[in-house]
Amino acid sequence: MKFGIVVFPGSNCDRDMQHALSVDLGQEVEMLWHKDQDLSHFTSDDCIVLPGGFSYGDYLRCGAIARFSPMMQSVITFAENGGKVLGVCNGFQILCESGLLPGALLQNNHQQFSCKNVFIQGKDGKPLQIPIAHGEGRYYADEATLNQMESNGQILFTYCGKGGESGAAYNPNGAVRDIAGICNANRNVFGMMPHPERATSSVLHNQDGIAVFKQLGLI
Amino acid sequence: MLYHVQIKVMPLKDLLDPQGKAVLGGLHNLGLESVQDVRVGKHITLDIEANDANSAKAIAEEAGKKLLANPVMEFFEIELIN
Repeated sequence: MKFGIVVFPGSNCDRDMQHALSVDLGQEVEMLWHKDQDLSHFTSDDCIVLPGGFSYGDYLRCGAIARFSPMMQSVITFAENGGKVLGVCNGFQILCESGLLPGALLQNNHQQFSCKNVFIQGKDGKPLQIPIAHGEGRYYADEATLNQMESNGQILFTYCGKGGESGAAYNPNGAVRDIAGICNANRNVFGMMPHPERATSSVLHNQDGIAVFKQLGLI
Repeated sequence: MLYHVQIKVMPLKDLLDPQGKAVLGGLHNLGLESVQDVRVGKHITLDIEANDANSAKAIAEEAGKKLLANPVMEFFEIELIN
């Protein structure tokens, strides 16, 4: 599998993602410019990553303008043809704005930007320590959509305590049903607010992010 | 003809608006205790070259639906000024 990382004006986690994937995880990585449109050298076995940051200054709404960039038109077609797409933080917001993932990311319920380590758990229930850094990370979708996502197994990661406890105290932004990460119904588009690429190196004393990439089936 | 259109974008009524809550706290700190609730949205103006008012409204409607508002979290209203 090859990875392509899209660089938007205002992306600031693109290099972190590149370092994590290529150096820490030994993957082939290519950087993609938002004004380009060519994804012909990527197949549906490959993965396009939308990194974190503040694309287009978060103007209008987070991710709203990036959704119309030339490269995103190709990414949408790539995803519709079964290619894998991962959006982290601002990338998650772009995927929701694009309609590739259901729901939206709203301003944190406590009105503050949160930059800290939190715990999330996936299907196996093991708590993973992953950093978050966002002001608009409160996942929201209506009840009908949430119920459908839950029955399809599309809720991939939820916020939890160190021991796997659930509850509002462990939810850093007020996300509905403690949602930290989701996928689409076809299970080829993934979005999450926490940053797994910030937890893949031994020098950072936290490599829980590797388990996230593994659970997503990307490594 | 050039039409001036105003678009009001507001968070959906059932959703928590943290920005509104922060402003409400500020107003209470000013001593304006009688303010019960605040919701903050966006006011967007468009100058649209169109043949008639209905065409201008239709263009504004499309702009609102496709970009200016996200129906998952917001609603919008269009007002033609001239």
